[in-house]
This record gives sequence, structure tokens and C-alpha cells, in this order.
Amino acid sequence: MKPFTVHRGRVAPLDRVNVDTDQIIPKQFLKRIEKTGFGQFLFYDWRFGADGKKNGDFVLHEPRYEGATILVAGKNFGCGSSREHAVWALADFGFRAVISSSFADIFANNSTKNGFLAVRLSDDEVSMLMKRAEEIDQYQVTIDLEKQEVRDEQGFRAQFAMDEFVRHCLLNGLDDIGLTLQHEKDIAAYEAQHPAPAALAVESDARN
Amino acid sequence: MARTLFEKIWDAHLVAQPAGRSSILYIDLHLVHEVTSPQAFDGLRVAGRRVRQPLRTVATVDHNIPTEPRGTPITDLIAAKQISALQANCKEFGIRLFDMDSAEQGIVHVIGPELGLTQPGMTIVCGDSHTSTHGAFGSLAFGIGTSEVEHVLATQCLAQQKPKTMQIDVRGQLPDGVGAKDLALGIIGQIGTDGATGHVIEYAGSAVRALSMEGRMTLCNMSIEAGARAGMIAPDETTIAYVKGRRFAPTGAEWEKAVAYWRSLPCDSDSKFDKVIHIDAAQLCPFVTWGTNPGMVAPVTGRVPEVKGLEESDRRAAELALQYMALEPGKRIEDITVDRVFIGSCTNSRLEDLRAAARVAKGHRVSSKVRAMVVPGSQAVKRAAEQEGLHRVFQEAGFEWRESGCSMCLGMNPDILQPGERCASTSNRNFEGRQGRGGRTHLVSPMMAAAAAIAGHFTDIRNWKFE
Ligand code: SF4
Repeated sequence: MKPFTVHRGRVAPLDRVNVDTDQIIPKQFLKRIEKTGFGQFLFYDWRFGADGKKNGDFVLHEPRYEGATILVAGKNFGCGSSREHAVWALADFGFRAVISSSFADIFANNSTKNGFLAVRLSDDEVSMLMKRAEEIDQYQVTIDLEKQEVRDEQGFRAQFAMDEFVRHCLLNGLDDIGLTLQHEKDIAAYEAQHPAPAALAVESDARN
Repeated sequence: MARTLFEKIWDAHLVAQPAGRSSILYIDLHLVHEVTSPQAFDGLRVAGRRVRQPLRTVATVDHNIPTEPRGTPITDLIAAKQISALQANCKEFGIRLFDMDSAEQGIVHVIGPELGLTQPGMTIVCGDSHTSTHGAFGSLAFGIGTSEVEHVLATQCLAQQKPKTMQIDVRGQLPDGVGAKDLALGIIGQIGTDGATGHVIEYAGSAVRALSMEGRMTLCNMSIEAGARAGMIAPDETTIAYVKGRRFAPTGAEWEKAVAYWRSLPCDSDSKFDKVIHIDAAQLCPFVTWGTNPGMVAPVTGRVPEVKGLEESDRRAAELALQYMALEPGKRIEDITVDRVFIGSCTNSRLEDLRAAARVAKGHRVSSKVRAMVVPGSQAVKRAAEQEGLHRVFQEAGFEWRESGCSMCLGMNPDILQPGERCASTSNRNFEGRQGRGGRTHLVSPMMAAAAAIAGHFTDIRNWKFE
């Protein structure tokens, strides 16, 4: 996993609440069996018309937001389906973080597994960033995971909370599976007490 | 110390609790399907890892398979590739797969319970948010992303932070014509789609205890639409009677031991929740969603709400929703006409759901303006329904009777809405484009969906003329 320490980038505002994962990556694009290449389908139904033509009104198509790496969005971002494809699509499109006042649990969880930041600020702070991203040309902010802080050059500065251990993993790009396997002894001990039922053995039933 | 159902299951599955880190939780049952697993298996191969507990892992195909008669070739090549990837992965890693042509195939959340794989007290995960369904048995069941699918395959554990707990206490009795789906919609309408974020819900109270297992599954299924990590209901005699004798349920002395354990699971009397919500069942009615998230609900006798009074961000969300749904504030819900009806999905595709819908359909005809589909949740549900003759009731009324799968719940297979089409659906999400680009979804109960198919518009099931 790519570590996340300090990132400075252009901000794109997505002024909607309850942006669900069906919008982030519509289901017709979930059939790929790779993790890559989802960026082209990000927000597909908003970015493109039914005829496949670009919807020029959509915020990410505005030239001033081109190359944005930070998305600011309304509350309850990432609700709905558990599809991790939503995070892959955002990351593949070039985003490194989303700032919102709240995130759906599974989305937030999926983010951390991909070195992608779901940054939670207060409603007022999010509104402020949204406003600046709309008003200030080529507006940029810095997300500093070491200091747990979002700041800009116009004097904005806000702290955000993050679980200490999740932060540690993000800062160091640690692989979750490897960390859990450090507990091999504990897992084996647990399994000795709780053996798996044999009924699901593939060989035990010729019918399937 | 007094503990809740959730806390008992959590404690019983703690493998390690490293200081300053997430807890390591053991997973009893991992359900796998074709859409969220290919990248996880790939990850295992890249790292040279194996599946740690194939005997705790079960796979099926449900999300993108066609509901045409089995054997019809899959014309969507990318979907076909995803299905064959799952077949190859299960073979390579030694995982039991209930494949396309298996008598046990079905929506992952329907077959787990019906095969007796889902049992009280378990931890259950699946790369699908509606894994919360299994909480109906008093298990801790939640959806995970693909990285976590890989994590569970490799370690049979998950690193988790302990969620908060919320009790939803539903007192009294549900009125006639008001079922588990209406209860779920009523709750989400009240607390909102993020009302339970960060929490595990435990449903309690007389109205919940009175629900059948199928009703309980419907209720727990929709917990995720309130933002909850999981939903659960303490096991009782209803639960035990349901599990008994199922194919993968314990037997003999194992059964006795299991039941004794299950009986110890309900909350201790003075246990505490972080949040408690009371609902009066008698106040509930048949609900219909009018907007583009499951919290946007109205009573069937009500109207599309006014947006003026709402606070800024909610008002804008409501305006966008109404625009997408092509509805005006003030329109009577019963005046909304539908083009399509979908009875199915892991929310409402079990035998009891189909029975309820068939009771409404019996002796009536689907409106000439409506195309209506019934998609049983599993092959077993389909067989049982056919044994009772439900398929004939539906077909005689003009409903299509199809093969099991997720189907139009998310439209990853050919069953989709056309742009602008309006659908009464028993599924769980009415997000923009969920059932097909430009499609407009109204969530309702199976009875309400069947009635809408016949009337051609929403209608109050409490006034229905049953044959
Ligand atoms: S029926 Fe719908 S909600 Fe349920 S598992 Fe399938 S796609 Fe998900």
C-alpha cells in the first residue's frame, strides 16, 4: 500500500449529500476482475449523458478542476453498496482523499485499505472548503496526516480525528494481512478451540 | 458485567486485542460471490497465500447471472468472465461453490440461512453490504470490501474497531397489511440513512419478537440503509425452530450444545446501549419511497412532501431527488403510476414474501400498462413456491416467473429499467440508476408491489379485495 503522509493538491467541490457508491461507480462497471482501470467510469452517469457524450455541466469537467486530487463533498459520502470499486475508481481517477462531514462505515474502511484518505471535518469546515473551491481559482489545500490537519494558504486550518492505529498503517503503508498474521499463534490457538465444521468439505458431497 | 447480544458475540470471537490497535476478530463463516471476490483471490496469488479455512468459506453466483431459464448462454461476456473466474478460484482454493446449475444456487443472503449455514452466535461476513440480513439469527454479520475479503480468506480474521450499540425497541403490534418491510422503511424514514452510522443495531420489542424469521431477515437486511454496521435480533424459539434440521445445522449432541449456547446469547437484563430508539408499531402503515434514498419515505395514503421547510442541504437533496423521480411536491402517492414491478432481492424474495404477494395477485390481472416480474431468491425458494402452486397464481395474473438471482435489485444482469421507467420494487435501494440508468425506483413491501402491478399505481393494501 502506498503510504500517505502529507499531500497538497487541487480541490474539486461536489456539492451533494448522501453520494452513494452506485453513483461513484455504477454497477455496469463492476464486472472487471482487475483492481485497475475504474477511473474512467467514476461518477459515470453524472459525467456522461445516456448517449455517452460528456456532460459539460458536471463539476469534474470544468477545466479549473482538472487534475484535482482532493474531493470535497456533502455529508454521508460513500453510503450504500460495499463495493471497494468506489475507492479504486476515485484513486484511479487521481484522487488521494475525500473531505466530508461524515462517511458511511464501509466506505471509510475500504479507503484505509487503499492508502486513500477519508477526512472528516465539521459541517462548517466542509462548507468553507466547498465555498473556497468554488470561488478561488485553482484552489489547493494540504492534507497533513502527520499533524492530522487540513490547511490552505488563505488561513484555513482544521484538525481531523483518525484512529491512531489506522493512521499508523496509512503513514507507513502497512499491509493489513501481514499485521494480522503477526498473531498467527493467537489465531492457531483460537482455531484449536473452535475447529471448522467438516460439512462444507468439497469432497464430502459430489452433488456440487 | 452485563453484556448485550452484540458484546457477547464480539467477546467470544476476540483472537487478540493488541494495545492501541484494532481488535482481531475471528470469522466463523465467509460468504463469497462473483462480483467482489476476483481481486481478492488475485491478491492471494500474488502474495503466495492460501485460503486459511476453506471449510468456513462458501461461494455462490448471484449478482450478475441472468434470470432466463438456466442453460441460456450468458451473452454478457464480461459477466461470464467474472463467473468463470469464481469457478476457477473456488477450484484452485478448494472452496465449496453453489454454481449456476446447482439446486442450492441463490442470492447469497437467502441461501446462507436456508442451508442452515447461518446460525446464532456466529460472526459472518461477505463482500456485500446486505450481509446484515444474517443478523436476524442473532449473529454478528456485516458487509466488507474486497481488501477485507482477501484479508478473511488469508487469515480467517478481521481487524475491527468496536462499533457502538443501538437498540431499536418496537413496541406493540404491527397493524394488518403492515409488514417487516414497512417497519424497516418506517425506521429509516425516522432516523435517516445515516441515523445508525458507526452502530450495530439490535432490534427488540414485542413487534420484533412476533416477526417470523423471514420478516426478521427483511428487517435486518435494511439495517445498512440506516447506515448501521449490522443489525441483529436475539435468538429465541422462532430462531431455533427455523435452524433445526437444515442441511448444515448441527445435529445430535452438537445440536443440544449449540442450542444451550444460543439460549445464553440474549442481552443481560441490565445491559446498556449507546443509543436507544422507541418505535410504536401501531403507528406504522404501508410505506412507499418517493425519492432517491431509502430514507425518503411517505405513507401510502400520504403525499410527496413539500421541500420548502427543509434545511438547506436536505432541501437541495430533496429537490434533486424529485427532479430525478419526476415528481411534484403534494402529489398523492396513490396517484403515482408504475411501468414495472419487481418482486425479489435479498430483502423480499423468500417463500413468505412470495406467498404474501401471491395472495394479493390471486384472481386479479396485472395492469396492461405494467410489466411485472417475480424473481425467487433461490432455487430452493423457487421449488417450494412451485410446490404450492404460487408460480401458477403469478403466471395466471400476468407476472413473469423467473430463475433465482439478484436480478433487477441492481440490474447487473439483463433485467433493468429503461430510462424514465418507474418501478415498484421490493428491493432495498432506490438510488439513482440503481435498477438501470434513468430508472425510477419506489421501495415497497411484496404485498404493496403486487397490488401496484394490478392497479397500475400505488394503492393501500389495507383496502385490498383479497380473493
Ligand atoms: S439482491 Fe440486491 S442487495 Fe441483495 S445481495 Fe443481491 S444485489 Fe445485493
